[in-house]
Amino acid sequence: MAIDFLYPQYEVVRNPMRCISCRACERQCANGVHHYDVDFGCMMSDESKCVNCHRCVSLCPTRALKIIKTDHTFKENDNWTGKAISEVYRQAGTGGVLLSSMGNPEPYPIYWDKLLINASQVTNPSIDPLREPMETRTTLGAKPQAIERDEDGKLMDNMPPQLTLNIPVMFSAMSYGSISYNAHASLARAATALGTYYNTGEGGLHQDFYQYGPNTIVQVASGRFGVHADYLNAGAAVEIKMGQGAKPGIGGHLPGIKVGADISRTRMIPEGTDAISPAPHHDIYSIEDLRQLVYSIKEATHYKKPVIVKIAAVHNVAAIASGIARSGADIIAIDGFRGGTGAAPTRIRDNVGIPIELALAAVDQRLREEGIRDRVSIVIGGSVRNSADLVKAIALGADAVYIATAALLALGCHLCRSCQTGKCNWGIATQRPELVKRLNPDIGEKRLINLLTSWDHELKEMMGGMGINSIEALRGNRLMLRGIGLTQKELDILGVKHAGE
Amino acid sequence: MRYVIIGGSAAAVGCIEGIRAVDTEGEITLVSREPYPFYGRPLISYWLEGKTTESKLLAYRSADYEEKMGVRALRGVRAERIDADAHTVSLSGGEVLPYDKLCIATGSSPFVPPMAGLETVQSKTCFTTLDDAKALAAMLGDGRDKRVLIIGAGLIGLKCAEGILHRAASIDVVDLAPRILSTVLPEEPAAIVQAHIEKTGVRFHLGQSVAHFDGGHALLSGGSELEFDVLVLSLGVRANTALAETAGCALDRGIIVDDGCQTSVADIFAAGDCTVSLDPDTGKRRTLAIWPNAMMQGDTAGRRMAGENISFDKGIPMNATGFMGLHLISAGIYAGEPLLTRTADSYKLLYTRDDRLVGFILLGDVERAGIYTSLVRERTPLSSIDFELIRETPQLMAFSATERAVKLGGGKYDI
Amino acid sequence: MKKVYVNEQWCLGCHLCEYYCAFANSGKSSMIKALKDRHVVPRIRIEEHDGISFAVSCRHCNDPLCVKSCISGALSIVDGAVFIDSDKCVGCCSCIISCPYGALSHSENGVIQKCELCQKNEFGVPLCVQGCPNKAIVYEER
Repeated sequence: MAIDFLYPQYEVVRNPMRCISCRACERQCANGVHHYDVDFGCMMSDESKCVNCHRCVSLCPTRALKIIKTDHTFKENDNWTGKAISEVYRQAGTGGVLLSSMGNPEPYPIYWDKLLINASQVTNPSIDPLREPMETRTTLGAKPQAIERDEDGKLMDNMPPQLTLNIPVMFSAMSYGSISYNAHASLARAATALGTYYNTGEGGLHQDFYQYGPNTIVQVASGRFGVHADYLNAGAAVEIKMGQGAKPGIGGHLPGIKVGADISRTRMIPEGTDAISPAPHHDIYSIEDLRQLVYSIKEATHYKKPVIVKIAAVHNVAAIASGIARSGADIIAIDGFRGGTGAAPTRIRDNVGIPIELALAAVDQRLREEGIRDRVSIVIGGSVRNSADLVKAIALGADAVYIATAALLALGCHLCRSCQTGKCNWGIATQRPELVKRLNPDIGEKRLINLLTSWDHELKEMMGGMGINSIEALRGNRLMLRGIGLTQKELDILGVKHAGE
Repeated sequence: MRYVIIGGSAAAVGCIEGIRAVDTEGEITLVSREPYPFYGRPLISYWLEGKTTESKLLAYRSADYEEKMGVRALRGVRAERIDADAHTVSLSGGEVLPYDKLCIATGSSPFVPPMAGLETVQSKTCFTTLDDAKALAAMLGDGRDKRVLIIGAGLIGLKCAEGILHRAASIDVVDLAPRILSTVLPEEPAAIVQAHIEKTGVRFHLGQSVAHFDGGHALLSGGSELEFDVLVLSLGVRANTALAETAGCALDRGIIVDDGCQTSVADIFAAGDCTVSLDPDTGKRRTLAIWPNAMMQGDTAGRRMAGENISFDKGIPMNATGFMGLHLISAGIYAGEPLLTRTADSYKLLYTRDDRLVGFILLGDVERAGIYTSLVRERTPLSSIDFELIRETPQLMAFSATERAVKLGGGKYDI
Repeated sequence: MKKVYVNEQWCLGCHLCEYYCAFANSGKSSMIKALKDRHVVPRIRIEEHDGISFAVSCRHCNDPLCVKSCISGALSIVDGAVFIDSDKCVGCCSCIISCPYGALSHSENGVIQKCELCQKNEFGVPLCVQGCPNKAIVYEER
């Protein structure tokens, strides 16, 4: 075997006192790490295959297993780190683009963690959400610019189509293809039970999931997979995907191996062909072009569905958002650079785009300044990890947030960031039937409901603490935030004061 | 409603439980010739072997069973006559029991043909009841010095041999048939079982009968002679039909019953070893003198007596037993195409005919044999299952996913 | 009555139910003590073939053939569940020949064992169900 210079990143540590050789680890590892050695009469492992997904660890009935980072090391070098060296080895060995999945893991600042939330003391007393009304329901969509009356002077209903969310959190776009049927089923059922929305991604909508249409956002992306009139009308809203936080500026690629019969039917492409989403929409080169697509969709859906335009958070995001608001879109979705993906070139994932916190603050500010903030709702995603991030996002100006990574974690994802291999041991990012069945939607649905229900409780507690009892009153309320350890420039962009000010 | 059950074994228990599944009020009177509470007759060899004790053996049903089931039990009492017109049963003590519905579950008795000089044998017994087993134990004593001669190499004789293996100085078994278990097994598996039993020191004298007994001396028809101290007679059983005859029930080597266990006489039912019923496969009457059949027939009779309209036509011949550590399971009939799978320590012979499994024999590995039995019992078309798979090992995988969903999922999932 | 039901759609073939079963009925305080370096003889068994797998254990039939067939009275029905008194069982296999599911098997000590819904051990609810990672086995009223 040729030398590849690569040493396994992880070590599989098995406590021989605890291991009962039940072989659950072996049966559950799609990567073939574990095997029972008949001669030795014990379990053995090949850590070079381990992706550190914890499936074996989670299922081991005697907790005999743990995965640790290897302490095998290169000579210390802060510039040429072990990771940097290994990546060179890998590329020198394969000649290929490095691929990764899930969100940017690099140590860039996380502004959520540098923002602190206010609470009432003495004046403007806090509200106990268990005793007093507290509204976390919110609506998304363009709001009427003025009151209109008919000839008789009666108020006219000029409210554009809205999405109503019982909790200001939606499940963001993940295509059927990038994630499994059972993951989609879990998301669809949970969104329905929770009174929020999930998003088809660009993979079309499986026939089985049309029943969840009232809680579905259908996506139209550059590949236009699975898009037809019934599809557009099946959902509660239509999302035009211009970009994705994990890979701004580039398209997508679902390898043919994952395009089985079901996905082929749903995407309306031949079985086994690669599903390639171009980097741009080939019919959109300007805001005017975008406006044409927005209105084409509105025509197709009889002006009954809000249209969302989703973009990646990039350098001039505020100006782009302003254009989108003027294009007729009802909702702008902005995806930060920590947003997840089923597969992206590592260099792009780790180096392109900007943090969502800064993008959100800039967009909200810009739209306010231009007096068009009411024309659109803002939904942000790209790593909302918990209810505190959610509160901060709303206070920075978001109407609601999109979560995907957190939702996948709820379903069992352990962020091993190996989605691109298609061998997800948790049955999420895979199309292999034997792996897909590992995610029972009965369990998945319940866990998603649990997650968002607990976030909703926490959101209410934090809002109550601030003396706020509606999302309306929190949205863009930056006085409720203070920065910590931030430069004046960062504070200016975020539009918040420093702690103590 | 007054129910009377005559008999004290499986069919009687089945009948009590069948009645009570439908009627919790009616009066049940049980008449049993044996002094013991219900016990599993086939257990007597295990009792001799020491695998169970008398108290466990007699605890076939709980001590308060009769009280809980509301049964008045007359034990150690014989039913002598049935007056079908008067709906009464006369008992040995002179009591006359009126009944509305009667179940005859009198079982069978050992059959002992005339044998020259048999009266000269001092220590001899049959082997079907606990009293027989106790008598045999007493004859053998604790010395392990008695030579035993068993006439009949059927299930009873061989279970007896197993039971007394560690109590006897030697065991000889004589049978007129050319092989052991001649009514249960064909030649090849019989030979395997025979060889296995012979390893324990039991000697067989097959294709022979005893020409003459003279005390502890037997002259075999083949000319050889055997010395013995204790004689066990296990040549087979005959249905006990004398009582049914007094009621005028139609007989044919047993009491004739239909698939509702009804005899030819109104309000009189019969169940278990004393009956003959129609074999749906051959159209002939046959006795299925096996425990599960007696229970099922008893249950059917009981339910019918209590007014439920059910029938039982799924009785099949089957035997689950074993000798000296070798498990033996067989069921159905041995006809059609034989399919043999043989390994070092197991033997499997399946018989298929007309897209059905009609019978099978397993030696050694008998795990999950009931799956085969159900194919025989339910007459499952083999084309509806993966027969190659199930032929390998009994498994539910061979059924369709829909069928499995019914079997394992309570039938509620559509897969 | 609550019973154990199987939905093969969700069975992963991980065999953990077998190990949880063997542990539950071992009387030992931990799975390691119960099963380490031992051949496991559980009362629930996985069948697997061609990517399909499912667990099989006693169905606790309403009208169980095994109970009717038992010559020793070791098998009995208590509140709808079928129990075996291993003290009374002589290992004659009458139940094995009767059960259409193949749900009774030989235990390590030669007599017959079967699922008793963990009602005779310290767990009280079926541990196979607790240990199933994907709800392929459930314990519920139907």
